[in-house]
Amino acid sequence: MKKKTITSLLIILAVIICLIIAQRTLDSFSLRILNLSGVYIIFAVSMNLINGFTGQLTLGHAGFIAVGAYTYSLLIMDSDLKQMNFFLKPLISPLDTLQLGFFPAMIIAGLLAALTGFLVGAPALRLRGDYLAIATLGFGEIIRIIFTNTQSITNGSLGLKGIPKPDNFFFIKMDNSLMWWIWVAAIITVVFHLLLIDSSYGRAFKAIREDEKAAQAMGVSLFKHKVMAMVISSFFAGIGGALLASLIGTIDPLMFRFTLTYNILLIVVIGGMGSTSGATISAIVVTVLMEALRFLDQGFLGLPELPGLRMVVFAILLLIVVLFYPKGIMGNEELTWSKLRRLFGKPFAAKEVNR
Amino acid sequence: MTLLLEVKDMTMQFGGLTAVSNFNLRLNKGEIVGLIGPNGAGKTTCFNVITGEYIPTKGQIVFYISENVNGQIVSKEIDITRSRPDQITKLGIARTFQNIRLFKNLSVLENVLIANHLNVKSNFLTAAFKFPAYQREEREMREKSLELLKELGLEKFKNEKSSSLPYGLQRRLEIARALATQPKLLLLDEPAAGMNPQESIELMNLINQIKEKFDLTIFMIEHHMPVIMGVCERILVLDYGITIAEGTPKEIQNNQKVIDAYLGVETIA
Ligand SMILES: Nc1ncnc2c1ncn2[C@@H]1O[C@H](COP(=O)(O)OP(=O)(O)O)[C@@H](O)[C@H]1O
Ligand SMILES: [Mg+2]
Repeated sequence: MKKKTITSLLIILAVIICLIIAQRTLDSFSLRILNLSGVYIIFAVSMNLINGFTGQLTLGHAGFIAVGAYTYSLLIMDSDLKQMNFFLKPLISPLDTLQLGFFPAMIIAGLLAALTGFLVGAPALRLRGDYLAIATLGFGEIIRIIFTNTQSITNGSLGLKGIPKPDNFFFIKMDNSLMWWIWVAAIITVVFHLLLIDSSYGRAFKAIREDEKAAQAMGVSLFKHKVMAMVISSFFAGIGGALLASLIGTIDPLMFRFTLTYNILLIVVIGGMGSTSGATISAIVVTVLMEALRFLDQGFLGLPELPGLRMVVFAILLLIVVLFYPKGIMGNEELTWSKLRRLFGKPFAAKEVNR
Repeated sequence: MTLLLEVKDMTMQFGGLTAVSNFNLRLNKGEIVGLIGPNGAGKTTCFNVITGEYIPTKGQIVFYISENVNGQIVSKEIDITRSRPDQITKLGIARTFQNIRLFKNLSVLENVLIANHLNVKSNFLTAAFKFPAYQREEREMREKSLELLKELGLEKFKNEKSSSLPYGLQRRLEIARALATQPKLLLLDEPAAGMNPQESIELMNLINQIKEKFDLTIFMIEHHMPVIMGVCERILVLDYGITIAEGTPKEIQNNQKVIDAYLGVETIA
């Protein structure tokens, strides 16, 4: 096995050990933040594929997440629960009685989101720059508005409540199986994106980001690769949406407003457009910080309650990052051992191995 | 002589501006043909039309490929007038750009590897998960690219960021990248621009060398008369989009119309 593979496996092992410790020691509030971080890793890493690596500024992520969340919820809830939720207008058949297990429901959520990604991407990706951003933003909003108005499928603005959590992880019953689903999905998402970017397709995506005309002159089909990146990206957004629905337990169309896309974009920009490890680190930092700063909203040091103060502080932090790290923490590079070594200086400075 | 590319009565207009009018060109296999003319004459526009960047207002572009049908070599004509640039590259026409367009943030090797992507058969899943078939493709791509870099004297820069190369080498890398798509026809847009006389001579040698080695046909735009005279067998002269002369370097040098067109712009050496 290559050295790179071994270190990757070691990192994954370390993460798993941390998770085992976390689930034994953390209280439920902290666990929730941990899980939310995992979900945001999936969101940020997948958005980074189309926005960071392929260089296509798209703002429809919330829409794909919504498709995933709703698909999952409608497939996982049992008929009694559905009847309770849909008291104004009954759910259409066969959805009213259909019920699937956690894993198939999540995968179908991803696939439907991917299909949506294709339907949005195929026309929109013919546009460039600001036009593309505006068009995808519009599509994202359209998805949300459709969900608000198709009451007999989505329950409209009432949303869905009591979405069950999985009670097993691949048929193994355990207390925190959702945490395992979320983090295994997050690890798979990160690993898959790293591997994809490390392939010929990843190079083609980057070529499009660097110079569309030159990429096309090198035989890279722009349309095919842009749509491909969009479909993969929205697949993972859908998976993340399913996990988010499961974690929060309640969804309604307002959750999938543009602010959600904006928050994910923020994570991607802070992490570095075109860096999977950057997006991962940033997703964790931002999610934890968002929660940790919650005390600001609730009034502190004798100050009155000021809802929104948290966002103000956050905006200032963002400004600082953008000022001092205009390319985000990682720029468009990945975190490597040699970089860590350089960061921590001499003690670790073994001879650089030429690869 | 076998015909490789034919441009028939091509006219390209941008709004009211006619950049090229009634351009005709027949390129035979193995030729090196030059395209010269003052700035703004429409030379790059000709390239852009041939490579599918623009669809011409009028006219037709035909590419001839020889196919092996049951052991017999059959020539087939393909109308590429409305094809996309990437489709045209796949058929076997590669180009370089007048203003260098490398993938600036990527390494020299990656720049060349990207030009191999058009031959990749694995899909994105088998490629991502590094299936054996993909690993073989990746290995072959790397070998071919490194060989090409060696051929063009760029091997020792393979891990450098492409934008960090000196100007002359960037032009070379653009040629390497174009060659990696395995073209039959290579279009070079002012490859000697910004080069000193020494570099120009090296470039001439390089052009002759790759032409033999890769069995190429070359169509090139160039301002440096010594380069054009040194490598081209035939020259076309454009002025305000109109083909004002065509012939051997000698004939062109003594053509009064050509001298007039260049007068005050540049004197022919
Ligand atoms: N995309 C375009 N839109 C409008 N005008 C163009 C375009 N491309 C080229 N032109 C015009 O066509 C003429 C020929 O340009 P070009 O082919 O670049 O000349 P050159 O012979 O110097 O390569 C110029 O007047 C240029 O301004
Ligand atoms: Mg030009």
